[in-house]
Amino acid sequence: MPVITPPPLPSEDKRWKIVNGTMRKNGFARHALIETLHTVQSSFGFLDDDAIRFVALSLRVPLSQAYGVATFYHYFTLKPPGKHTVTVCAGTACYIKGADKLIATAEKRLGITPGQTTPNGQISLMTARCVGACSRAPVVLCDGEVAGEITGEQMLEQLERWAVE
Amino acid sequence: MTIEELEQIAKNVQQENAKYDFEVNVCMDLACASQGAGALKDALEKAAEAAGKKVLVRRTGCMGPCSHGPLVRVDPEETLYHHVKAENAPSIVYGLGGSPVPELQCDLNDHFASQVRVVLENAGLIDPEKVDDYIAHDGYKALLTVLTEMTPNGVVHRITESGLRGRGGGGYPTGLKWGTVAKAKGDVKYVVCNGDEGDPGAFMDRSVMEGDPHRVIEGMAIAAYAVGASKGFIYVRAEYPVAVSRLTTALREARRHGLLGNNICNTPFNFDVEIRLGAGAFVCGEETALIASIEGKRGTPKPRPPYPASSGLWGKPTLINNVETYANIAPIVRNGGKWFHDMGSERSKGTKVFALTGKIANTGLVEVPMGIKLREIIEVIGGGVPGGHKFKAVQTGGPSGGCIPEEMLDVGVSYDALVKMGSIMGSGGMIVMDDTSCMVNVARFFIEFCMTESCGKCIPCRAGTAQMYTLLTRICNGTGTMDDLALLEDLCVTVKETSLCGLGQTAPNPVLSTLKYFRNEYIEHILDKRCRAGVCQMAAVETEKEVVA
Repeated sequence: MPVITPPPLPSEDKRWKIVNGTMRKNGFARHALIETLHTVQSSFGFLDDDAIRFVALSLRVPLSQAYGVATFYHYFTLKPPGKHTVTVCAGTACYIKGADKLIATAEKRLGITPGQTTPNGQISLMTARCVGACSRAPVVLCDGEVAGEITGEQMLEQLERWAVE
Repeated sequence: MTIEELEQIAKNVQQENAKYDFEVNVCMDLACASQGAGALKDALEKAAEAAGKKVLVRRTGCMGPCSHGPLVRVDPEETLYHHVKAENAPSIVYGLGGSPVPELQCDLNDHFASQVRVVLENAGLIDPEKVDDYIAHDGYKALLTVLTEMTPNGVVHRITESGLRGRGGGGYPTGLKWGTVAKAKGDVKYVVCNGDEGDPGAFMDRSVMEGDPHRVIEGMAIAAYAVGASKGFIYVRAEYPVAVSRLTTALREARRHGLLGNNICNTPFNFDVEIRLGAGAFVCGEETALIASIEGKRGTPKPRPPYPASSGLWGKPTLINNVETYANIAPIVRNGGKWFHDMGSERSKGTKVFALTGKIANTGLVEVPMGIKLREIIEVIGGGVPGGHKFKAVQTGGPSGGCIPEEMLDVGVSYDALVKMGSIMGSGGMIVMDDTSCMVNVARFFIEFCMTESCGKCIPCRAGTAQMYTLLTRICNGTGTMDDLALLEDLCVTVKETSLCGLGQTAPNPVLSTLKYFRNEYIEHILDKRCRAGVCQMAAVETEKEVVA
């Protein structure tokens, strides 16, 4: 077996050490790709080209495969998120209880579509497939906090609070 | 860890609990937690201290009727309180021992009467982060019995005898699957738990992983012993962070007690489990796609055979079962295959957990014996449709399932009966719809879901679902024709018969079932340009025509 030297960390940023830690824990095995991308996203908030390149090189995975994985799974995002994120659950129970109207309300207020961030970088609008809080549908996650049985007005109030920050 | 040591832990917990006069169980599952159950628990602890009463305040997993949350159950008097707020804590503590708070008490006798709890037997009784609590409720007894008294064959036999079928959706006989993997040749085998609950509207797997994680681990360990595996993976959705953290804690605790690791219970059996995170892809619920995802690849399915039982993870024989299937294993081993076999209907044995949601009074988790009538689940357990609206349909099986109308509600729930009705059991989501839901729009919603979730590997699914979506959109906005409807039906059959994996093969089900039972709604949209539920916005072109006419 040839000795493989891992590539140098992309920068001084300490978060790369966390990323490296995940890969080391998995013995730099190729199957740790998804685990590592999860660590990148939780540390940096999104996956940029440098990160995907670094991970692909470290795990000896073709860049195309790493990019393929990063774009295949919805959970990974290639764009930096806004300061705050409002996620409307678009699962079946939420849809039956009017999630589509909530999405339309948020789109109108923010002037963006799901997956986008307001130009000032303040608020990102996302949709989720299902967060598993179906019994309290419709559900909106404000910065990850579950708010159940939410109305359009309640959601707008939150958006206004964020907008003036 | 030996059986004696296990019993000693159980005894210690009982002695510890006996020091308290009362147990106050606070449900801290997602639904209750999002309504302030955390602050409520703190308030109850403070109130108990202030009142000088010996009260054990315990965090528990989901108690079931989520729409009544936050829920608190007081033992030994078995009083159930609903919609409890932190400010109610002093009055609840004051009322301990004989004077319950009437305005918070809830009467859910009808809701609980016909439920039978096997998978959820510990729901609301144990602290999910304490392995000792699980052990005190017969936890890991089954595993140690299996390791010391049974042969791997004997375990497979017991599971076969129970008649348990896969709870993930397909309903494949679990014993048969275990037997196949056990017989497969190879030194290295894997056991995988499918916790990628992608079906929107179902959350029983999340509840089990969060509320009773050791049950899943015990089930996997028994499976590993039966099939001859020494390594397991739990594949969990990244959207379930609490489940991930509870499972991580549970695995650590199990290792600490020697219930995972090498030479478990002083036998030659070695087993350990690793958690793998999903990353948001519905198709990863399909077993070959899930395997690809664990291997760190894009979650695209492969043609079967070879089945994972002979060539799965890294080409090794692999047993894949769903969370709820594993959760059934320990009780079956403890109580015997016959005990399980005696519950349920002719070809569907045991119980099933359903996530009851949508337009229904009591939303939440229910566990019922197979064979129970849908009407009983909806009208008695679920408390019917609220707000004076009329029941229209119940959707089971998620995007792979179908909509069942009122006239079919007297059918008993079983794998086969649901398939006969044009739906499937699926993982157990049950979404109730009333007269404010448009069935064409619902079909469109599911097809949109399948279209975006299609992995793109095979053409029938990738292109077929997109075309079906276009046709359904036309019908929804009033620009569809009867020819479109004929084309849609034709396409349903093509996609169903020619897709590579379960996602594509079942994607047309929501359309086919609504066409079967609610065809008149489709025709109204096309010919009358009318949506009886008032959901669909008809295109402006039509109104202009009317003006001209």
